[in-house]
Amino acid sequence: MSIDFLISVIITVVGASTPILFAGLGELVTEKSGVLNLGVEGMMLVGAIAGFATVDMTGNPWLAVVVAAAAGAAVSMIFAVLTLSLRANQVATGLALTIFGTGLSTLIGHGYTGRPIKPFTTLFPAALANDPIGRLFFSYSPLVYFSFIMVALVAWFLSRTRGGLILRAVGENDLSAHSIGYSVIGVRYGAVAFGGAMAGIGGAAFPLVLTPLWAEGLTGGRGWIAIALVVFAGWRPGRLLIGAYFFGLLGTLELYAKASGTVFTALLPSEGWAALPYVATVIALAIISASKAGGGNAPACLSKPFTPAA
Amino acid sequence: MLYATPVGAVIVTMIVGALVFSLITPPPQGFSLPPANPPPVDLSTILTSIGSHLWFGLQAVYQVFIAPLVTSYKWGDIAVKASPLILIGVGLAVGNRAAIWNIGAEGQYVVGALAGTGIGLLTQKMTGVWILPSMLVAGLIGGAVWGAIPAALKNWFNVNETLSSLMLTYVAIHLMNHLVTGPWKDPTGFSFPQTPLVTADQTLPILVPGTYVHLGIVITLVIAVIVWFLMSRSLFGFQVRVVGAAPSAARHGGFSQKATVWMVFLLSGALAGLAGIFEVTGPFGQMSLGFPQNYGFTAIIVAFLGRLNPLGVILAGIVLAITYVGGDMAQSVLQLPNASKGIFQAMLLFFLLASDILIRYRVRVVSSAPAPMPNAAVARSPAE
Repeated sequence: MSIDFLISVIITVVGASTPILFAGLGELVTEKSGVLNLGVEGMMLVGAIAGFATVDMTGNPWLAVVVAAAAGAAVSMIFAVLTLSLRANQVATGLALTIFGTGLSTLIGHGYTGRPIKPFTTLFPAALANDPIGRLFFSYSPLVYFSFIMVALVAWFLSRTRGGLILRAVGENDLSAHSIGYSVIGVRYGAVAFGGAMAGIGGAAFPLVLTPLWAEGLTGGRGWIAIALVVFAGWRPGRLLIGAYFFGLLGTLELYAKASGTVFTALLPSEGWAALPYVATVIALAIISASKAGGGNAPACLSKPFTPAA
Repeated sequence: MLYATPVGAVIVTMIVGALVFSLITPPPQGFSLPPANPPPVDLSTILTSIGSHLWFGLQAVYQVFIAPLVTSYKWGDIAVKASPLILIGVGLAVGNRAAIWNIGAEGQYVVGALAGTGIGLLTQKMTGVWILPSMLVAGLIGGAVWGAIPAALKNWFNVNETLSSLMLTYVAIHLMNHLVTGPWKDPTGFSFPQTPLVTADQTLPILVPGTYVHLGIVITLVIAVIVWFLMSRSLFGFQVRVVGAAPSAARHGGFSQKATVWMVFLLSGALAGLAGIFEVTGPFGQMSLGFPQNYGFTAIIVAFLGRLNPLGVILAGIVLAITYVGGDMAQSVLQLPNASKGIFQAMLLFFLLASDILIRYRVRVVSSAPAPMPNAAVARSPAE
């Protein structure tokens, strides 16, 4: 295995992991506020078609990222109004949001099927990426660097700022947060919108970075992987970054197993590699839940509607 | 109000759906942007354009909700699609009553179908009336086993059942993909990823000649009535309802939360598995990559729309089955992509959940001046 091959694998993994990193980061913030939004896949698809259509019309991928974030946040508001203001069941509403987003993106994208767009170019000039080491650091699209910034920002926000403390308080004990004067519903609206925006960007990464074509359901279930990732990471941004690349590596191995067979298929068939993130998540979930009494690191109010004592 | 809101949700979905499909009339394949300097438009062009969009929206609603009902030869299709939705939905309704969230019915459906298909492959060369029942039992057991995993994880390690059952669904689907494309692939199937067709002794009897209406549909209805009886007239049903509505009262009453988790998951898993093997031995006749039809997820909508009442689930299953059949019809008549029926299905649940606030709360107009409570319009605490 030459160093060139290794570096090309790393570059593939980083690219493949970026969508689930964005979507997982958004879902992590949403869940930290005590809300379980299972609509990630739907929001990603809405972001993907919004980003695709924007590039198709304007040719500007930067604008597409902004529009995708706005579209993801907008569609997440359906979920927010139902679960936060009307106190509907979060699990059912989230699943419906995924069905809705899948249908909506398919309907809007119908006329775009098979149309190519101009994707993001790499952020740094190609001259920097001539030698292998240069490629390892400078050959990515701007979205990859943006995802690093967002992980750092979210980690800093959650652990070092007052706003992050309030958000976590709302997720751990909504009644206490409410009684000392914080707006539980307001904080959760914000967290859901952030989750929607990040899922939108994650979805847009497919047409903007990975496959510059529209295809029905092109996120291929990555929204569910992102939800698994948040659990796998034990609701921590740092572990989320590592987990995203681990899941991305498994996804890449699946592709290698499918394409070339050889050593990877001997270990596990390609479907086995595809199932591994989910198996790993169930095992991680069991370890997290068993190790600490009361559900481990999961936010205590996860998926419980907020009802102020009346 | 409890039973009026589902009807209201269907009507509102049809109205809003017509508007949505008017706004997003899909452009024809390979559509291109208008020229940079479009010719000036007059009022009549605009009105014609608006009219044609509205017409398209109405047609979409008609195809998805009405056309299957007025086309008598589609009634058999509706019954065939309703059967798995009702069977899975009945199991999920029991779980949701106990506030136990099994959202992995799609996986239990797939594993049940796999278990039954496994028996089917072993008995390909055999004959006898025992073959079909043993496949159905294998389906029940397969679904129950897959449902037992999240139940065990919840009872032993306190694992959130929503997340674990969801994850296991994708494990099941990848397992199916592996078997269908590999070890269980039909050797005479021209390398299509599918299992061999079921034999005559492995097929559910057709009840109405010329349709796909099979015996499983009747079994589904019988099971729904039995579960309705269990839920409303038996100690089991009482236990499930108490555990869901008042967990601490259930503990005082001596009802075990853990036993309820086991029973709910085994029951809903077994019913989902049975639905899966009904599809194999009925309409599908085999397993292929396209076997998972999202019935397990749609059945969650069915359970809610049916008010978690097994008899209501029958009606709700028929409504959702209409959208499945109507989605196919809209695809062939209007060239609407099939997945866009999901917009209607999701909106049904959105409007139903939104209107539920009318059941749980009494809306009262109050003065907004000095608000004593943050949410002044909501006057009464939840009835549950």
